[in-house]
Amino acid sequence: MDPQIIIARRVAKELKSGNLVNLGIGIPTLVANYVPADLKVFFQSENGLIGTGPIPEQGMAHPTLTDAGGRPISALPGAATFDSAMSFGLIRGGHVDITVLGGLQVDAHGLLANWMIPGKMVPGMGGAMDLVSGAKRVIVAMQHAAKGKSKIVAKCSLPLTSARPVNLVVTDMAVIGFPGGKATLLETAPGISIGEVLAVTEAELTVPDTVPEMQI
Amino acid sequence: MKAVSVEEAVAMIPAGASVMVGGFMGVGTPERLLDELVRQNKSGLSLICNDAAIPGRGVGKLFDAALVAKLTATHIGLNPKAQQQMLGNQIAVDLVPQGTFVERIRAGGCGLGGVLTPTGVGTLVAEGKRQIEVDGQSFLLETALRAQYALVHAFLADYLGNLAYALTARNFNPIMAMAADTVIVTVENIVPVGVIAPDHVMTPAPLVDYLITNG
Repeated sequence: MDPQIIIARRVAKELKSGNLVNLGIGIPTLVANYVPADLKVFFQSENGLIGTGPIPEQGMAHPTLTDAGGRPISALPGAATFDSAMSFGLIRGGHVDITVLGGLQVDAHGLLANWMIPGKMVPGMGGAMDLVSGAKRVIVAMQHAAKGKSKIVAKCSLPLTSARPVNLVVTDMAVIGFPGGKATLLETAPGISIGEVLAVTEAELTVPDTVPEMQI
Repeated sequence: MKAVSVEEAVAMIPAGASVMVGGFMGVGTPERLLDELVRQNKSGLSLICNDAAIPGRGVGKLFDAALVAKLTATHIGLNPKAQQQMLGNQIAVDLVPQGTFVERIRAGGCGLGGVLTPTGVGTLVAEGKRQIEVDGQSFLLETALRAQYALVHAFLADYLGNLAYALTARNFNPIMAMAADTVIVTVENIVPVGVIAPDHVMTPAPLVDYLITNG
């Protein structure tokens, strides 16, 4: 299975009926494709919409109905629109149950870096800092390693997104949580051994007696 | 509210002015005002806008024409021209978290000196800012943001200047319409008074200084 699809399928299992959820761009966007139809999840787009629907059919797009990247989307029955102050009030005020974000690095204590690479890539943080500071639960969806280098690091070398640690990291190899502030291996991906995860993880990982395989 | 042509409206804006522009990735942006800023070559602008859009669209046109001297925004990653101008030190860029950006503008429009936000504590964003403890939690003091001009785009305006916005084209527009000395508005449709029901007015008429006539 494609690594991105493994991640998206596993993250989708974290969503519960009634949750207000904000998905970042990249792998997090894919999560919406794997939410069971009977699960009533509200997806927020931070440019001012709760109730985002799929990409409209050819010829049905409207220039005033877009996602945060400016791409056409649709709105589900029961959708609500609002201005940016309301949108970030929802985010910062703890009304968003789950945010799923991409990551460049997550460290041994759960701190996330995902908004800039000094001297190379300075796009700006957009809504990421508010999402990590304010959402009830923060899930990072990212590849375990990039070009053979672990993205789960002992200490972030890139600028932090927030002083608040994330709750869960889902990669193509593992699910990692931070009980007691320590990176802990909670699950391994299908066909991946604990040893293989440890071999490509720079941060020290606590390994419980039993580590179940991801159910996807 | 005074109804004016787009040429007259932009002629009022001096080169080097501070200008807030509504829109999110060019959605809900007053394109006609931006085209006219380019045509009248209003350079040295201090631009306050969520993002830099993309070349050829929205505020992206101002970067195409190299009219921006200073930019306050949350994200410019999708406009390579704005990135180049920043890395080449042609424009000074202040990157602000999006929730902080909108609250600073809201504060500017509501008579507040600023806001206290947890966003950015313990990050590069906190550098040079006052950190204030309230009930044991740390907040950054983020100061209010205003401009000389707000350029706003709405879906409906009535003859008095009451405004309503459409879907995700609302975004920063109603907030910016409170936070500038002079508010200039373009709209999709101008309709008789009463067509926008009182409960559906999102920006009340007294906030609008100039409405750009259509056609």
